[in-house]
Amino acid sequence: MASDELLSSGHRGCAGCGEAMAVRMVLQAAGPNTIVTNATGCLEVMTTAYPETAWKIPWIHTAFENAAAVASGVDVALKKLGKREGVNILAFGGDGGTYDIGFQAISGMLERGNNVTYVVFDNEAYMNTGIQRCSSTPFAASTTTSPAGTVSTGKTEKKKPIAAIVAAHDIPYTATATIAKYKDLKRKVKKAVDTEGPSFIQVFSPCPTGWRYPSELTVELSRMAIETGIFVLWELESPDMNDMKVNYRPKERKPVEEYLKMQGRFKHLFKPEKRTDILNKIQKDVDEKWKWLEGLNEMAR
Amino acid sequence: MEKAEKVTMGAVITTPGSALDYKTGSWRTLKPVLTEEKCKFCNICWQFCPDSAIEPADAKAKKPIKIDYDYCKGCGICVHECPFDALKMVTEEK
Amino acid sequence: MGVKQVVKGNFATAVAAKLARVDVVPAYPITPSTLFPEQISTYIANGEMDAELLLTESEHSAMSAAIGASASGARVVTATASQGLKLMSEMLFIASGMRLPIVTAVGNRALSAPINIWCDHQDTIAERDSGCLQFYAENNQDALDLMVIAFRVSENHRVLLPSLVGLDAFVLTHTMEGVDVPLQEEVDSFLPPYKPVYRLDVKNPMTFGSFSTPAHYTEFKYQQWNAMKNAEKVIDEVFSEFYNKFGRKHKKVNEYRTDDADIIFLTMGSMSGTARASIDALREKGIKAGAAKLTVFRPFPFDEVKKLSGKTKILAVLDRNISFGFGGAVFSEVAGALVNEKEKPILIDFILGLGGRDVTQEDFYKMADLSETAIEKGGPDDMVNWINLNDAEVQ
Repeated sequence: MASDELLSSGHRGCAGCGEAMAVRMVLQAAGPNTIVTNATGCLEVMTTAYPETAWKIPWIHTAFENAAAVASGVDVALKKLGKREGVNILAFGGDGGTYDIGFQAISGMLERGNNVTYVVFDNEAYMNTGIQRCSSTPFAASTTTSPAGTVSTGKTEKKKPIAAIVAAHDIPYTATATIAKYKDLKRKVKKAVDTEGPSFIQVFSPCPTGWRYPSELTVELSRMAIETGIFVLWELESPDMNDMKVNYRPKERKPVEEYLKMQGRFKHLFKPEKRTDILNKIQKDVDEKWKWLEGLNEMAR
Repeated sequence: MEKAEKVTMGAVITTPGSALDYKTGSWRTLKPVLTEEKCKFCNICWQFCPDSAIEPADAKAKKPIKIDYDYCKGCGICVHECPFDALKMVTEEK
Repeated sequence: MGVKQVVKGNFATAVAAKLARVDVVPAYPITPSTLFPEQISTYIANGEMDAELLLTESEHSAMSAAIGASASGARVVTATASQGLKLMSEMLFIASGMRLPIVTAVGNRALSAPINIWCDHQDTIAERDSGCLQFYAENNQDALDLMVIAFRVSENHRVLLPSLVGLDAFVLTHTMEGVDVPLQEEVDSFLPPYKPVYRLDVKNPMTFGSFSTPAHYTEFKYQQWNAMKNAEKVIDEVFSEFYNKFGRKHKKVNEYRTDDADIIFLTMGSMSGTARASIDALREKGIKAGAAKLTVFRPFPFDEVKKLSGKTKILAVLDRNISFGFGGAVFSEVAGALVNEKEKPILIDFILGLGGRDVTQEDFYKMADLSETAIEKGGPDDMVNWINLNDAEVQ
């Protein structure tokens, strides 16, 4: 381990954990003058089993739904104590702590304008409790509470557009990122922490345990997600989605099938029979999204 | 066997990085092995390792990466991502 | 000496926070405590207070922000009541477990359902397991004093636990009373700046809120237990210092005409004033009644309650709260405290004053009656007695 690593080895994340990988990247960009508030979830549990901590920066976890609220408290306290200058405050949450139970606290923080960068490590389910569905879970994914079965084909609802909802709060900076494009991720984190006021980054982080794929494919899957256009890398500095700057446009989008078939959570779309109806629906949704993206301001290209 | 030590107040952990006490290398069944001559010092494997278990290469000093087997969980990402085929997975010998 | 002002209870707690030079005030409005953040806002808007007011989007976030701020080394205060305190509940236990000396003023108000904005003690009573100290004000002077005292006790390194300071909804929060408001210099010399043991600091990184397996959890809880035990001593020390500085003697249990009493009424909160007036009236009638007011409920004042019990034939506990399936909380704890005493008085529980129903002298006459009957019979007919209940309204 390099001596300047801010997330040490010895944490209990699964082999191939996309979140751990993403956290390393985020901290490499944010640097050691960083305080993290962390929601309950995989990341918190795997890094801080008393008396072991993988964190080499100041870090606080309190409960599940309030990383943004705790961060707001740290923000104003340091300001009052004259210790705010040069310190980055990051709030880390997983899907639950961001999309569902923690959503209110985030909205409050964004509206108040606290100087905090919120990072969601999006692995599309409640992983720490054993892979339950979340509003971040994509359509047709099989989770333990939206399982594929003889009469069900997984989650019936679409993935909640969290970054768009956040951007609508009219905050200075919103972005999406993923581990396969780590230079883009780090640039965005740097930009976010250097931006005064609230900022938000959605980091798409594949999970071998929850998505059911061989652990060596974590980065490959992240790559596939953007090559198929299922996940879009963008950034935005206004509440108008039309101002969105798309950072990566695949020259030719790969069919979504190539991404989905790599994962056990979608295997019911291929076996016992290929569910072309659902695959076509997923492809259609992606196509429509990209039609809209293609129509964005020329400058964004 | 854990030696009895006084617990801290409020479960605060005062020693950053104390997770290093836990050698997660014991988890693996397969391990990545480097062919040193093939390492081109790109550090992509270092970047992707979820466990910070790779010491980065030094291009100037022509020093290749080094895997810390005390912590490597054998996930295989480094092997899969290496653009130069410098790493391969082998079965762990016990 | 301080400045005599006529103020509402909410103002008293707000001015106490100002005098305590709090750094951060995360807050959310709720009746009857809303005036607290309003007053703090006014102080800040007029440059009278140098604090960060953080208006959160819920009470849960208010206490969460309080924890973040306290862990960063700030002195933190907030105010709430009833449903707000209930929503904060998860975080109160956490603040205590994380050993953060956050002070919360609670405008003691009934809990839903049905929704009711008036006074009883259910809200703070429901948090008695949270690991927070609990103080109850009888009047607005108490409210002010106990807030200042709470910071001193909570921040003491032998304690480092959060505090709840209860003041009755409307009866105190919204009622004007004459209060001695201490001068800033006086409070400064009584309450030094907060010195945290650990804090979030990039120069000295630490992990707060780690997770504990069965291997260690009990020991963490035992440390909190010890901290609460230490608070028993620290409160005495601080009460004594407060008296020396400000001339007002606060006690864990205040006694009134108890020395030769046959009946002692045990109260908390504003009904303690009614109790004393009633005792005088009862004494006129030849009934040897006395009153005792609990100012500190957590840590439970075992010694003082035991001392009380030795003095009387019957200890009548007034509970402005109800634990369905058992009875009143104060009663249950008094009974628990006295269970192994060789000599103990008859114990009887009176449930009254719920949801803002006034506690009156008539109630005391009724309770005295029931207490006397209990003395004659050697025990109460019923352990739990609902006073001033409108039978006609009950199905």
